[in-house]
Amino acid sequence: MVPIAYYLVLSAILFSIGVAAFLIKRNIITVFMSIELMLNAVNLTFVAFTRHWSQVTGHLQVNGQIFVFFVMVVAAAEAAVGLAIIIAVFRARNTLSVDQIDLMKR
Amino acid sequence: MHLVLFIIFGALCVAGALNLLLQRHPINSALSLIVVMSSLAVLYLLLGAEFLAVAQVIVYSGAIMVLFTFVIMLLNAGREERTHGSKLAYAAGIPGAAILVALLTFIFLSHRGDFAQARLADQYVTGLAPLSEVIFTKLLLPFEVTSVLILIAILGAVALARKEH
Repeated sequence: MVPIAYYLVLSAILFSIGVAAFLIKRNIITVFMSIELMLNAVNLTFVAFTRHWSQVTGHLQVNGQIFVFFVMVVAAAEAAVGLAIIIAVFRARNTLSVDQIDLMKR
Repeated sequence: MHLVLFIIFGALCVAGALNLLLQRHPINSALSLIVVMSSLAVLYLLLGAEFLAVAQVIVYSGAIMVLFTFVIMLLNAGREERTHGSKLAYAAGIPGAAILVALLTFIFLSHRGDFAQARLADQYVTGLAPLSEVIFTKLLLPFEVTSVLILIAILGAVALARKEH
């Protein structure tokens, strides 16, 4: 038996690594990948809490898992559009470094 | 048994995520992200979410990561170099993330007794049937709207990535 709290701690660790990677990484593709990592950590929280809620109420609860399903759908759409934007940015500026894509900061 | 599997695949998850953070070449980061997502699928199985485990492998480690590796190879992305901005991010990012994880871990572990204990293979294993019962009755409209969303995403991706003449 594993307490649900352990799963939540694991998910917190993954989310924090995702936040750190988002801040530290300088490659726009890796920054995008760390967003996916954070999404996955939140999905793990949803599944763990679904399990917790099922055992507390005593019958099967699926709402959290359906939320994860919708998150996956949106993540797939987001990955397609995001990578298309990365390709467009690379064509326009010929770089993938987030330090050199700073037109909106000026 | 459950605890052993949890520790093995949880450690694999954390190791993959740290490798994503530490590798300098994006293709190595992408491959370690595949490790994270596949071990998360096993963790979903341990929590009884069978359909989500399969969907995780197909959608995340399959479709999305293939897209990522494809774009990395298409753009010929090389190693990233350290810049002034990255030093600033190291100074802010690592302590920030450490504080975040310490706080959350403290909160979860101090309330450990309030949470349920997950067991393997009990009556709460969720296959496809209980999920689809809810999706196709109560949540039919949101489900159909997601298909429109994906259609728009496909059109947007094609329009954005197309070469302009």
